[in-house]
Amino acid sequence: MENNKAAANNKRRGFARHQREDMIGKIYTYLCVLMLIVVIVSIVYFVASKGLATFITDGVSPFEFLFGTHWSPDGTNPSFGALPFIAGSFVVSMLAALIAGPLSICAALFMTEIVPGKGKRILQPVIELLSGIPSVVYGFIGLTVLVPFISTVSGGNTLGYGVAAGALVLSVMILPTITSIAADALASLPRGMREASYALGATRWQTIYRVILPTLAPSLWTGIILGIARAFGEALAVQMVIGNAPFLPKSLLTSASTLTSVITLNMTNTSTGSVQNNVLWSMALMLLFMTFVFIIIVRLLQRRNKL
Amino acid sequence: MNAKTADKIATGVIIFFAIVIVAILGGLLGFILVRGLSHISWDFLTSPSQNFKAGGGIGPQLFNSLFLLVLTMIITVPLGLGGGIYMAEYAKENKITGFIRLVVEVLSSFPSIVVGLFGLLLFVNTFKLGYSLLAGAIALAIFNLPLMVRITEQSFRAVPREQKEAGLALGLSKWKIITSILLPVALPSLITGTILAAGRVFGEAAALLFTSGMTTPPLDFTDWNPLNPRSPINPLRSAETLAVHIWKVNSEGRIPDAKDVSAGASAVLVIMVLIFNLIARWFGRFVYRKITASKQVN
Amino acid sequence: MQTSTQPRFGTEELSVFYGTNEAVKKINMEFPDKSVTALIGPSGCGKSTFLRSLNRMNDEIASARVTGRIWMDGEDLNDKNTDAVTLRQKIGMVWQRPNPFYKSIYENIAFGPRYHGTRSKKQLDEIVEQSLRRAALWDEVKDRLKESALSLSGGQQQRLCIARALSVSPQILLLDEPASALDPVSTGKVEELIIELKKELRIVIVTHNMQQAARVSDFTAYFYLGNLIEHDNTTKLFSNPSNQMTQEYIMGRFG
Repeated sequence: MENNKAAANNKRRGFARHQREDMIGKIYTYLCVLMLIVVIVSIVYFVASKGLATFITDGVSPFEFLFGTHWSPDGTNPSFGALPFIAGSFVVSMLAALIAGPLSICAALFMTEIVPGKGKRILQPVIELLSGIPSVVYGFIGLTVLVPFISTVSGGNTLGYGVAAGALVLSVMILPTITSIAADALASLPRGMREASYALGATRWQTIYRVILPTLAPSLWTGIILGIARAFGEALAVQMVIGNAPFLPKSLLTSASTLTSVITLNMTNTSTGSVQNNVLWSMALMLLFMTFVFIIIVRLLQRRNKL
Repeated sequence: MNAKTADKIATGVIIFFAIVIVAILGGLLGFILVRGLSHISWDFLTSPSQNFKAGGGIGPQLFNSLFLLVLTMIITVPLGLGGGIYMAEYAKENKITGFIRLVVEVLSSFPSIVVGLFGLLLFVNTFKLGYSLLAGAIALAIFNLPLMVRITEQSFRAVPREQKEAGLALGLSKWKIITSILLPVALPSLITGTILAAGRVFGEAAALLFTSGMTTPPLDFTDWNPLNPRSPINPLRSAETLAVHIWKVNSEGRIPDAKDVSAGASAVLVIMVLIFNLIARWFGRFVYRKITASKQVN
Repeated sequence: MQTSTQPRFGTEELSVFYGTNEAVKKINMEFPDKSVTALIGPSGCGKSTFLRSLNRMNDEIASARVTGRIWMDGEDLNDKNTDAVTLRQKIGMVWQRPNPFYKSIYENIAFGPRYHGTRSKKQLDEIVEQSLRRAALWDEVKDRLKESALSLSGGQQQRLCIARALSVSPQILLLDEPASALDPVSTGKVEELIIELKKELRIVIVTHNMQQAARVSDFTAYFYLGNLIEHDNTTKLFSNPSNQMTQEYIMGRFG
């Protein structure tokens, strides 16, 4: 009898209670997700509204901004050609990927194919530490070791600042990104695929070259694109070694600029609302735009991966 | 070329590149530690920095970095936890979930300097927070949030499904299952991931240049009233962190011993990141053992 | 009006779909009180899916859809308006792999009752002891209640899971191959336990092991490709099955 009453009581209380709890849980988690969406929408909205002001309010021609090679924002007849920076960003990040791509893929092959097990135990922590080193530290080492080294190699004709220094520093920074994606892709490969190839008498390299790499090409490209994306958005390390001259990069050893380095150096030196300031926001918008482009490429690659 | 020779050469090249990578890390760490450790002293770690003279320390910067990390985590952890739990436990496989996944991916790909600029625009200028710890913490939280969401989602997804079903069979509410049954199981990897994310936040500078600023007001370390302008824990004061300091003395600084200061500060930064890595691993394992051990209090 | 023909606990035209695939097809079954019903059949025949739908575990699987009715004391458990959380308390469940909570032995048992409103320490102690005794585990663990449940052996963990299910006083117990991951000694203990528990409960057990079905159950149902082929008294079904398919399955397995 008492038991029944307790049970009935429990039921009534339990009923209200579990629904109340689930309501709290739902509201909390939904709010967090809503927050994510609000954040991303506001970032895009605010950066875009500032970045487009250059063209709408200040009347700078978008064509001049994208393709003009002359950058002199001050004076009576300012010109806002940002092509040197856009080109600088593309050149350093592509070069960085060119250096880091093969290294990273070899590192991943080392971990999974050449010395499975032990190779991973050695390289995994190395890769994690490389990705843990803060970007200013990379910049500082680039500045104190790499730049003088390049200067010496060039026979003292240059100071060592420039595209080469930027690309080298970035290549080390994006190495972990590409390596971990490549290693994950290799690890996901079914065991049987390798064995089938070995059974046909193929050597390990033939197996890697003819079977493994072609199969994983979309994933490897994903890694490389994400690496480029990271290099494209990296600011301080590049700024410290690239020299910051506002000209189109003519050779590996000439001083140049990237979108991020120009923003970094000039954002606090220009007054809010001025065209000199707004044009920096246009560059930030360009960075945002490129982020979306990179993500679209990655998505397309992943779709190819599934087929 | 014969297939066997090609195989040998390729293997050699791969091994060589692997060694190169290890050597790069060795070189980087070696350089930082050799160059920096000699400059680290108690005085260096605790005394204020100099603007024009040599011999400045990194005391306030170190404090700022740590305090900013705490503030950032206070904002990130609850939000990231909620978002990750949503993705792991509530999200259905449909278009909306796909969209949210895209949002997380995009947010995690935004360059940190853009996040910093957004912070400058919205929090520093529009909300009139000025260059402040609070604005910096919000920017870093935004920067860190997608990672936290992903860590949480993975940690919860790794919990055996039967744990959840056992809770359901006892007539527990879903939320009770999440907080009381799944969370303790997910905790070790959640903690490991969070500490690693914290390490990343600790070294971040680009998002902070325009949010927490590049200067620190004179601090009075005996004043712990957060409302006083000289108090170290006033969230509305500007604060130059260790990473920002390294950038500043190299780019805009006028101190003669910029290289020494940066080397010392870099060494401190790298050592802190190493410590975060070690703690993350050790603590995760510790919590796991605590939960599964034979001797347990609760 | 229908109550006289409705089973006290059973299903009516119960189907389970995964996407468009009908994994369980229009099952009508009744589970008598104080008895054990065994569900047998080859892997993938739908017996586990059927069992899981009885306490609406399939609600959690997005692609699963359950149609038909599950009757319990005149209530349709598969009705949208039936509160699944509350009904699950009345239907205990034990899985193939032991799945104790990552908590102490004591907490594993006390967690459910405390959630459902039992606050007094004394009462909880009582429930813990009683549940562990009913699961024949008390003597082995009474001195180490504060230790982690994961420190127990596999067989002990499974009995702990049975005790946990009993802690919220269910009327029905669903067992999904409860002994298949255990060694023979532990299996024996779990089987004894089932026979003991059926004095008070309805038990439905899914098993791959036909000797086990023969040993512990009063009724046996043979499933094949989502259909209920035969459902009868266990002795009758094993000695003299009326369906050819059942006979072949049993012969194939025994011979």
